[in-house]
Amino acid sequence: MTLEEKKQEVVDEFAMFEGWMDRYEYIIELGKNLDAYPEDRRTEDRLIKGCQSRVWLDWELRDGRLEFAADSDALITKGIIALLLDVYSGRTAEEIAADDFSFLEEIGLRENLSPTRANGLVSMIATLRRAAEETLAGK
Amino acid sequence: MTVEELRAQFPILSSQVNGRPLVYLDNAATSQRPASVVECWEGMALRTNANLHRAVHALAARATDRYEQTREFVRHYLNAAAREEIIFTSGTTGGINLLAHSFGEAFLQEGDEILIAECEHHSDIVPWQLLAARKGLKIKVLPVLDDGMPDLSALEGLLSPRTKIACIAQISNVLGILNPVGEIIRTCHAKGCAVLVDGAQGIVHGKVDVRALDCDFYVFSGHKVFAATGTGVLYGKKGLLEQMPPFLGGGEMIDTVRFSGTTFAPLPGKFEAGTQDFCAVPTLMPALALAGSVFADAELQRSGEEVKAYVLDALRRNPRIRLFGDPTDPARKVPLFSFCVEGAHHEDLALILDKMGVAVRSGQMCAEPLMDRFGVTGMLRASFAPYNTLREAETFTASLEKAIDMLT
Repeated sequence: MTLEEKKQEVVDEFAMFEGWMDRYEYIIELGKNLDAYPEDRRTEDRLIKGCQSRVWLDWELRDGRLEFAADSDALITKGIIALLLDVYSGRTAEEIAADDFSFLEEIGLRENLSPTRANGLVSMIATLRRAAEETLAGK
Repeated sequence: MTVEELRAQFPILSSQVNGRPLVYLDNAATSQRPASVVECWEGMALRTNANLHRAVHALAARATDRYEQTREFVRHYLNAAAREEIIFTSGTTGGINLLAHSFGEAFLQEGDEILIAECEHHSDIVPWQLLAARKGLKIKVLPVLDDGMPDLSALEGLLSPRTKIACIAQISNVLGILNPVGEIIRTCHAKGCAVLVDGAQGIVHGKVDVRALDCDFYVFSGHKVFAATGTGVLYGKKGLLEQMPPFLGGGEMIDTVRFSGTTFAPLPGKFEAGTQDFCAVPTLMPALALAGSVFADAELQRSGEEVKAYVLDALRRNPRIRLFGDPTDPARKVPLFSFCVEGAHHEDLALILDKMGVAVRSGQMCAEPLMDRFGVTGMLRASFAPYNTLREAETFTASLEKAIDMLT
């Protein structure tokens, strides 16, 4: 599935939800099912600033594709991370760097989250972008 | 007065958020404002707008009258001895920064000590740390016990002849406990140490009498007690304030200015440099008048006690909830509850509660040392005001149960 197709799939999925509760229950479920984060990578330099909750995000380049791993101590944040990882993990640095992440607004995430949480989301996106840009710069 | 009659004075309380009736339980961060305060504020801007003290025209005279009338009102409300003891500030933080600077300049020398309670919020820690770094002072900490009470048994041992000032909240913004400030003040005074009482929360939960307390300094913010944002008061004993140099320079604080040297205005002008928020300050009158009548109203006190007892009981009964600030004597507790829920993050809970119309605070509550003390990264806090009803308390506990269910 291409990145565009994957994003459309998520948008379609969220369109089915009636209200905030369905949406949150779905996000919480995603959070619960997120792959375990490697304990040796739970370090200060992988901690994202700007969240009320703590978020760790790490990446590596495998066969030309960026593989992300992440975790949070808050479940809704963790669910949003899971959603981001589902869409962006395994994509090339070129694909991620060229993306505008605007589908998050389409599914009502940015507007439905509290200001501090939205900042956390913005920080997470910035970190995904940085991963792509650093990879492109050959770091 | 009934709670409903009180609520009717606060237009925002009948509004909705996220399609639900607003249940506002973040009163420890800021209270809502009654129509009387907003009308006063607006009236100043629309009809009485002129800078204070300087001009001779009628409008300036009226604005100055209102401002000085407020000072007298606050003096009377706090039972201070003289108008010179009431300094208008931008709030608690502004007041403590002023105090840390000017008290520090006047009375503290390298090697002296400042005692700060562990339950203080950042505004009563950081200004003192800045002072300590500038002057080479030592900061000592009065520990908090497991139930949230300050460890009085440690107090005397912490006070040395070099301890010049002790800083303690009347009520911590996290623990919601009436600290035994009277006893702390007596012990400190016996050792020659001055005391600042941080009244940011204390002013909200009962009538304050600075002379009965015998504190040397008392600070509070207007916005937490129904008044306009950007208002605040620093009370100080005249004998101490007179010995302290100004904090900010300019405007009202001068007597004569020459490049060869400047002399300063007498109290209280000495500490009120620059243009004051003269539209906002007079709102302290309707705000404190309302607070005073709430504290004196038997019906409102009864409903407040009922709300407190209900929430305290509901939180204590839930085995997954860890309440911080749970003294054995319930009379020491005010309706401000900070807690953690086992297996559910405070931010998730706050986010879901918000969707149900319930506004609570989550996070470190501007008190990181206290978070460390209890070994948590954050808490959830529900803080009630006299206008919160038992029905709202029930909505809060039911919504909390639902949020916990969703998350676990």
